[in-house]
Amino acid sequence: MEDIKLSAHALNLWFGNKQVLKNIDIEFAKNQVTSLIGPSGCGKSTLLRSFNRMHDLSPEARIEGKLMLGEMDLYDPANSVTQTRKRIGMVFQRPNPLPKTIYENMAYALKLHQFPKAEIPGMIQSALEESFLWEEVKDELDKPAVKLSGGQQQRLCIARTVVLRPEVILMDEPCSALDPISTEKIEELILKLKEHYTFVIVTHNMQQAQRISDKVAFMYLGEVVEFEKTDAIFQNPVHELTANYVRGYFG
Amino acid sequence: MSLKKRETTDRLLKVVFKATGLITIGLLGGIFFMLLYNSMAFFVRIDPIDFFTGSQWNPSAQGGYSIFPLLVSTALVAVGSMVIAIPLGILTAAYLSEFAPKKLQSWLKPAIEMLAAIPSVAIGFLGIVLVGPGIASLMGLQNGLNALNGSLLLAVMALPTIITISEDAIKGVPQTYREASLGLGANRWETLFQVTLPAALPGLIAAVMLGLGRALGETMTVLMATGNASALPHGFLDSIRTITATIAIEMGEVPYQTTHYFALFAIATVLFLITLVVNLLGEYFASRLRKFHS
Repeated sequence: MEDIKLSAHALNLWFGNKQVLKNIDIEFAKNQVTSLIGPSGCGKSTLLRSFNRMHDLSPEARIEGKLMLGEMDLYDPANSVTQTRKRIGMVFQRPNPLPKTIYENMAYALKLHQFPKAEIPGMIQSALEESFLWEEVKDELDKPAVKLSGGQQQRLCIARTVVLRPEVILMDEPCSALDPISTEKIEELILKLKEHYTFVIVTHNMQQAQRISDKVAFMYLGEVVEFEKTDAIFQNPVHELTANYVRGYFG
Repeated sequence: MSLKKRETTDRLLKVVFKATGLITIGLLGGIFFMLLYNSMAFFVRIDPIDFFTGSQWNPSAQGGYSIFPLLVSTALVAVGSMVIAIPLGILTAAYLSEFAPKKLQSWLKPAIEMLAAIPSVAIGFLGIVLVGPGIASLMGLQNGLNALNGSLLLAVMALPTIITISEDAIKGVPQTYREASLGLGANRWETLFQVTLPAALPGLIAAVMLGLGRALGETMTVLMATGNASALPHGFLDSIRTITATIAIEMGEVPYQTTHYFALFAIATVLFLITLVVNLLGEYFASRLRKFHS
């Protein structure tokens, strides 16, 4: 039996009058990489963002249903959203380092969450090492983060998330703005980090989904059409829609 | 034929645009040269050391040509108004762009812009009949026409500038910065003070510099509402007279090409240099911060 880390139950989400997610039930297993695939506008990013409550910012968003991290109800008012986001990290589509130095980017969240000052430099170094970035930046930690290349910036964003030791890392098309070599590095990184973390990744890239994920969920018009092991989705899709999508007939 | 025509237009427009650009520089240079030229005539007659270090501006008496009390007056109201207007302006701008509901925004913004449309003479009038007497009775003074009064009024006048430009700067901060910060578990206030406002800093500096420029250059309000005393002030509760007010009051009455006449050009040159330095400093800091943005 798989150990379920993150789950949604009877999840419905509206933006104004438009229903974007329809009755979604999905469970993500611990230490696995799950990819969300589907054509643009199918709701995969919306689903991803509802797990770390990014929709709190849009007043027109309305959510029904249950989202759970382990046994914790994510939308229970008793749970602080900042603690939730510390446990469920997020990496965005475009690398978004803060307009600070590399070191400050790493230290920012550690200071917010009041980690002991003496431990911060060590935590930063090990997170950068785990993200394969330490060797490249160790001599220029006080440079502005935007001076890094796009791929380095994205690895910095991953390291910045990893440094908090979250339980889940959500990624919203993390490689769509990167070149193939940077993409390969990030995929390698995800495969290594999944030992410790649970990944949910939105991607438009079918090859990427096949390379990195244990399971794949195909979404269409706000619903999860099919959720299976990666091989099953790509070799023997049950639904015709899934078959057409993974073979590139639409999307 | 038509090709030739187009090329001629192209060349012509190049000249026109160059000319419009050069006019601004020409005007700036011309004004500066005029001020400097007339100031020279003053410094031939009066020792610059006395001009900066003396303690009296009293041209009708012998030797009373010191800019020092006027400079202190100008600095008092400029600093005083900025102490009030900068935090108020930036926080208002932050509230407007980050927290205010759309409905409130839609009437608050025009109201703030309307504030800028009030003529300075009307604000000066308010200072004489309302704010000044208010300060006097609150502080137990005989007369409320002082530097504090001027600071309050100038703060009101600088606010619309600071708010409008700060708000643009804050709105211009990419949403991705906010998402990055919130995604790491920062709350909205931490995000505002540690990410959004620092990222908007170049624009905020520009806003403050323009507000400060407004306060330094404002004439009518300070002339009416700060008591018109050219003695060296010792604090915010003393009456003062700024550089601008002095020029406005005395220029109309001074005999042409006397020492007094040239003295007014000299203090105008000093004011010009101050505002120039303020602007250059603002530009310097703004450009230093820009390197953190992609």
